[in-house]
Amino acid sequence: MSERESMQFDVVIVGAGPAGLACACRLAQLAQEQGREPSVCVVEKGSEVGAHILSGAIIESRALDELFPDWQQRGAPLSTRVTREEMHLLRSAGSAWKVPHALLPRAMHNHDGYIVSVGNLCRWLATQAEALGVEIFPGFAAAQVLFGEQGEVKGIATGDMGIAADGSHKDSFTPGMDLLARYTVFAEGCRGQLGKTLYARFGLDAQADTQHYGIGLKELWDVPPPRHVEGLVVHGTGWPLAGDTGGGFFLYHLENHQIAVGLVVDLNYRNPWISPYDDFQRMKHHPLLAQYLQGGKRVAYGARALTKGGFNALPTMHFPGGFLVGCNAGTLNSAKLKGVHTGMKSGMLAAEEIAAALGQGDQGGQDLSGFAERFRASWVYDELQSSRTFAPALHKLGPLLGGALFALDQTVFRGRLPIALHDKTPDCARLRPARECEPIAYPKPDGVLSFDKLSSVFLSNTSHEEDQPCHLHLADPSLPLGRNLAEYAEPAQRYCPAGVYEIVGEGSAQRFQINAANCVHCKTCDIKDPAQNITWVAPEGGGGPNYPNM
Amino acid sequence: MKVLVAVKRVIDYNVKVRVRADNSNVDLANVKMSINPFCEIAVEESVRLKESGAATEVVVVSIGPKAVQEQIRSALAAGADRGIWVETDDTELSGLAVARLLAQVVRDEQPGLVLLGKQAIDTDNNQTGQMLAALLDWPQATFASKLEVKGAEVEVTREIDGGLQTLALTLPAVVTADLRLNTPRYIKLPDIMKAKRKPLATTSPAALAVGPGTGVKLLGVTPPTERRGGIKVESVAALVDCLKNQAQVL
Repeated sequence: MSERESMQFDVVIVGAGPAGLACACRLAQLAQEQGREPSVCVVEKGSEVGAHILSGAIIESRALDELFPDWQQRGAPLSTRVTREEMHLLRSAGSAWKVPHALLPRAMHNHDGYIVSVGNLCRWLATQAEALGVEIFPGFAAAQVLFGEQGEVKGIATGDMGIAADGSHKDSFTPGMDLLARYTVFAEGCRGQLGKTLYARFGLDAQADTQHYGIGLKELWDVPPPRHVEGLVVHGTGWPLAGDTGGGFFLYHLENHQIAVGLVVDLNYRNPWISPYDDFQRMKHHPLLAQYLQGGKRVAYGARALTKGGFNALPTMHFPGGFLVGCNAGTLNSAKLKGVHTGMKSGMLAAEEIAAALGQGDQGGQDLSGFAERFRASWVYDELQSSRTFAPALHKLGPLLGGALFALDQTVFRGRLPIALHDKTPDCARLRPARECEPIAYPKPDGVLSFDKLSSVFLSNTSHEEDQPCHLHLADPSLPLGRNLAEYAEPAQRYCPAGVYEIVGEGSAQRFQINAANCVHCKTCDIKDPAQNITWVAPEGGGGPNYPNM
Repeated sequence: MKVLVAVKRVIDYNVKVRVRADNSNVDLANVKMSINPFCEIAVEESVRLKESGAATEVVVVSIGPKAVQEQIRSALAAGADRGIWVETDDTELSGLAVARLLAQVVRDEQPGLVLLGKQAIDTDNNQTGQMLAALLDWPQATFASKLEVKGAEVEVTREIDGGLQTLALTLPAVVTADLRLNTPRYIKLPDIMKAKRKPLATTSPAALAVGPGTGVKLLGVTPPTERRGGIKVESVAALVDCLKNQAQVL
């Protein structure tokens, strides 16, 4: 095989999510202003833009207002305003307490938000970017960071296609390409595969608190019109999450008689018997939620990890030749339960930094540390800083006391509580041994409101080329049975929302099976494995879920 | 020799098809769409014919709203030379309507060979190639698993019930591709970029002087009845009883 082919761009962006696409649009706009041809390329591992996007979601239009002030005329898919919102504390399987609106911290008010499908928002952003001259390549996974002689990032390599499970080249083998760039922007989302290697290489998180994560599970339902109140937002926490497990649910009434319902479970949970998937399924039986879903039909399912560390966990976002933006850096505001506007803005700020440098003839590969100043001067910084108490307060003090402290910080101190709270234990180190915890008897799904894992994965439209190497790498293949099973009853069986990990067989025939074809690319295994033995890498481009409207 | 290849935009084969609540049609809102896989095989075969020297030009045609340009561009990225988009907002064209439009494109383009997928995975009609051949009065070979151009003829191996059949057709001819004809290649990034600059002409049913209406209209779509879960029975007697009285298969 001859040398790998390469292409040169001014900027290569990894990931066509809100942050990556906002960055691309802004770069193209600024290039036009400077009278240059935009030379921007976006690679996306999903089969199309939006295929791997999963979010609640209520969004604030702040970043979008800046990027395309005329987004309404351009037909952006933000059509459902929040008309009413409720917050509930679920006290048991049958009872709930409605939190008076006046008691909610300001950050949790959503009256100026829109209920959207972020997947569809990305599809729309992609058409805007392409119209501005950006090249977007769905179906191509960035597999490797390319470094220059000075150690600077000089682009990425896309994955090879057509490799068989045994590593041999099939007839269809097509080598990946080197996409070289003056600057590379990593917008892979939470726990990005390449971002993770950049943290290590450049020590980007050396000054930051440990990042924390949650897993979000979501379903889309068609419901009968009488139960549907377009614009109604229902949030809550409590049951079925027990004791010190943080998280909360959402139920949004979208247009077209659809409801998005989901549960976020903080991945710092301690009981290895917890199954976020099963908690989500049984949660839907609570009368507060069931009243809306009864008689409806589930049409989509998916899951994705998200970053919750907030301000304290923000890494250095710039390094020689590149940037980390959006959830790849952790710009989500967990107090607001929103990350789209902050992610987009971080991408736009990176675009402005890059465009300013390129406009002055920069040849690339520099550490554009001016970004830090630009970021600090922006509203994202203010917003994240003023919510900085939220995640650690909830982690340290639990949802009730922590929530109260956050409310105090927000209402009395306006986000400037004079105590700095930090949570420095990584999520993977939080599990207690299984023998010290009570196994959880989850009810069987009823096939009406709750469903088993495999019928759910079916609705995520997940597909992977079957004959390819496993994309879930075990550093030590003996650990799942040797240590995780004995100590933690192998929690991968339960935290994976797609049934990828299974212990099969008995006694000496027992083995750890990885059903990689089921993977919905949520990255939870990479985060939560107590042995930190699982590395998630992108499979052949185009594989994974195909989410519609998620 | 010029090869004309027709492609159809269909719901992606990985997507679980869902019927709209009002049973008016399949729900296509924001679901992934792709080239019909059999059309993709036809494109691959035509590009291979060009690479082998048997063809000199590959022209790809698709019919539908603006979005079908995506599928034309993918075919161009796979190696076709230029595209023709027959613009119409009608997404429910019958096989006959498509065949009539294609026939007019063929009369204008005068290709030596027309390649199509054997059928589209959305409506599974398996009609267009056959109707096109009839309208043109050209020889046809359907379900092709092998194709070789030999001078003024094309030799086609067809997959038929219980075996293979090999035909020689006098060119020009119509051939429809089956699954085993080839495995389409992975498209490379630079080819996608090049495809954006390849010529794509636009025409319309009016410009082709093909009238609407073929006497077929879609009345409704109903999903298959959902399979009920199994039950466990205690004894053979109970099983027989269930099969006899509940399932009524005995």
